[in-house]
Amino acid sequence: MSPTTPVPHDIPLPMPAPEPLLVAVLIVFFLMHIVFVNLMVGGALMSLYYELRGLKEKRYDRLAYEIAATITANKSIAVVLGVGPLLAINTLYTVYFYTANALTGAFWIAIVPLVIVAFVLTYVHKYLWHQMERVRWLHIAVAAAACLLFLFIPLIFLTNVNLMLFPDKWGSVQGFFSALALPNVLPRYAHFILACPAMTGLLLVWLFRRRPEAEIAEMGFSRAELVRLGYRWAFWPTMAQFIVGPIAFFTLPHVASPIGGVIAAFGLSFLLAFALCVVMIREIRGPDGSIGRRFGTTCALMLAVVALMGVGRHLYREAAVAPHRAQVEAKTKDYIRRADEARRAAQARDGAPASVRP
Amino acid sequence: MDFPVFHLDILGNRGLIAVIATLHVLVNHGLAVGMMPLVAAMEWYGHRRGDARWDRLAYRILFVCFLITTTVGALTGVGIWLSVSLVNPYSIGSLIRVFFWAWFVEWLVFITEVLLILAYTLTWKRWSTGAAKVRHIRLGFALAFFSWVTMAIIVSILGFMMDPGNWLSQQTLWSGFANPIYLPQLAFRTPLAAAMAGVIAMFLVPFFVKREDPFRATALRAIAVWTLVAAPLVLAGGLWYFSVVPEAMRENFGVALASLAFAEWQQRFLEIAALTVIAILVVVQVAIARPNLLPRVALLVPFVAILWMTGHFERVREFVRKPYVIGSYMYANGFRVEDYPLLQRDGVLAYATYSNPLTPAEQAGLPQGLSEAERTARLAEIQLGKDVFMTTCSRCHTGHGVNAVTAHLKRMFGDRPWEPELTAGYIESMHDAQPYMPPFPGNRRELKLLGAYLHHLQTNDAPVPGAQQAGVVVVTPEARAAAATGRPPATRAAAMPRTSETAAR
Ligand code: HEC
Repeated sequence: MSPTTPVPHDIPLPMPAPEPLLVAVLIVFFLMHIVFVNLMVGGALMSLYYELRGLKEKRYDRLAYEIAATITANKSIAVVLGVGPLLAINTLYTVYFYTANALTGAFWIAIVPLVIVAFVLTYVHKYLWHQMERVRWLHIAVAAAACLLFLFIPLIFLTNVNLMLFPDKWGSVQGFFSALALPNVLPRYAHFILACPAMTGLLLVWLFRRRPEAEIAEMGFSRAELVRLGYRWAFWPTMAQFIVGPIAFFTLPHVASPIGGVIAAFGLSFLLAFALCVVMIREIRGPDGSIGRRFGTTCALMLAVVALMGVGRHLYREAAVAPHRAQVEAKTKDYIRRADEARRAAQARDGAPASVRP
Repeated sequence: MDFPVFHLDILGNRGLIAVIATLHVLVNHGLAVGMMPLVAAMEWYGHRRGDARWDRLAYRILFVCFLITTTVGALTGVGIWLSVSLVNPYSIGSLIRVFFWAWFVEWLVFITEVLLILAYTLTWKRWSTGAAKVRHIRLGFALAFFSWVTMAIIVSILGFMMDPGNWLSQQTLWSGFANPIYLPQLAFRTPLAAAMAGVIAMFLVPFFVKREDPFRATALRAIAVWTLVAAPLVLAGGLWYFSVVPEAMRENFGVALASLAFAEWQQRFLEIAALTVIAILVVVQVAIARPNLLPRVALLVPFVAILWMTGHFERVREFVRKPYVIGSYMYANGFRVEDYPLLQRDGVLAYATYSNPLTPAEQAGLPQGLSEAERTARLAEIQLGKDVFMTTCSRCHTGHGVNAVTAHLKRMFGDRPWEPELTAGYIESMHDAQPYMPPFPGNRRELKLLGAYLHHLQTNDAPVPGAQQAGVVVVTPEARAAAATGRPPATRAAAMPRTSETAAR
């Protein structure tokens, strides 16, 4: 570690819970959070896409509306599920997380107004859909603005969680954009963005697989058509992940600690993703009558892939900060010892010092 | 404070938190905690009377609340947290270590609350008859209950920050949770939320029910009664709260001056609270007796009064806990009370990991005619002084914005040069002069360095950037040694070119 790598001392209070428990909270709820974020972002993008197609062919407009309607619940669940992992990351990675936040502070806090605006726009888009039919272009502009926000906000989070892993960069970063330019941020971002339509595609399959025949007919599609369409959205982006995923992996900065576990987790998820794609292509190619039969398998495989990604991600994070964390711990101990000594010395010198209550 | 220092030099760091927190309290109290029981009650009443007009009105009010709470409400809630962890990372970090499980439970309740409001709003039209309707009404009351529980948990953490009570000796979650200010504060906030919701609902009625419709008067009258019941309880809760605060305050200062200042605040609060309650009572009387004569703007009066009272209440709350962020444990500058003997002996810079580089604009304004070597030495000194300022003052003061240290000095010393001797003398005993301020944590040399920096600010009014803008410079062990021993900080000077280079980038 170079001499310009900062080694601050940590907050001198014990952890509130056993570490494995905090790690479990972090991984499990973060994955749930990110799935709903995927649904929210993917929903916004796909709703815009189909609304544009709907200009020519009315039934796509109805599909776009159906997708827009899902965002209302998904976005609220996404936000609320993010709070638990935030709590855990605050506790487990106090020094790392707060430092990264401060260094990108202006954008970090801008998350609050940006998300509010994005949410208000999605409400306008959904609840004024029919009222705004005469001003279509404005309605589309609203959706486009929401999409741009939804595309930008994850970048702020990614920049932060990336910067927190690399204490040797903390002294040279100046604001958000220089932190954004660190290697690996953009590949990870691409990896995330591709997951959005994939997850939303599966949501569509779930939505239309069992929907009453009459409602489906009203939309102007056949059930098999809609289910297949959902699967396609899940299939092609996932195929692209076979290229983007490895790029994101190989651009991860080198870390000193062994990363066998990381490679195992990502390797296994790679294999499972392959199986997932095989199942999906069989669904897509299969006859109309039986489409959707393997939806359970598909979801189970997707879940396994995502869970392994989460585990690999955590193991890498641990490997990246472990040596530094040991130094921070030593420094914190040393600091507490010195503070105690100085306090005793002061008490011995002049009784109870004025600034410390007896 | 061992984190890079986030700093807003115009709005002020506390300003950022205040804006977000005020919005949140407004939405949370007025539209969630207070409004959900009111909406559920209206739905229930309409169902019992078989009067669909109540149902329609309740749904419309709920929809407004839904739109605002799930956007502004939810995000400002997270925003309080994000902003506090930017401004006071050590305080929120410490609070989380103490209150992890309280926050965790809070979060589970919050998840429940969000799911319930989604369900309650989105099933309103579908579950509209028979058994489904009954279930829906239950859903409403469950939502009201969980909204209240989220507030009840958070209030405990707020109370803890003012007076940790037994936690100081026991350091357990429960001892922190059951702090002495908890119940009075809850007893104040609960009726406050109900009254706020009543006033807001009365304001909304005319938008949703036409003037000619006699139902408008009926609805106004009923909501007015609700508000009428809540208003005196607000006053009672406030009185109880203010009767326990002085005890907590004595823990914090025990200075006569503080008690004097507090007496003034208390007087102020009681006057405002009384005015608010009177305004509510008058408007409500009109609403009950002559609902059709009540102009819509009249409802703004009690609303603004409630905001004013709440704002004053929160400020007193903030005031009471100063100079601490966690009463008697941690000062608002981020240093623990226990750290003081060490820091006052060795200096804060001896334990600082980061330096806050001066930007080129901040380096301007040095006296004319200095040699290059003098300039460098002067800048090195100012750099150290700025680091002292950033670690010990910047959480509460800006350089030139809100609560600016320069404005205070100008008021105190006018245009005569702010020689370090002049200011250092004051800063040394600033906690006696202004009990909101913690004692200066650094050593004598740092007092002088800070003085030199403040003197420089007299002739330089460039904004002071935070780490989010200018980044940080990592202090190397040699530089730290130089800073601690007080040798001419040659290595710091060596660090300067790096500083300006990074600044120029
Ligand atoms: C806990 C927050 C806090 C910290 C930390 C703090 N101050 Fe203050 N300071 C205040 C408040 C609050 C006031 C009163 C503002 C008012 O009355 O408008 C104040 C007032 C002052 C005044 C004017 C005093 C007077 O008598 O009118 C000066 C000068 C001052 N501060 C300097 C400093 C310096 C220098 C530091 C750093 C060593 C510092 N403060 C740290 C909160 C703080």
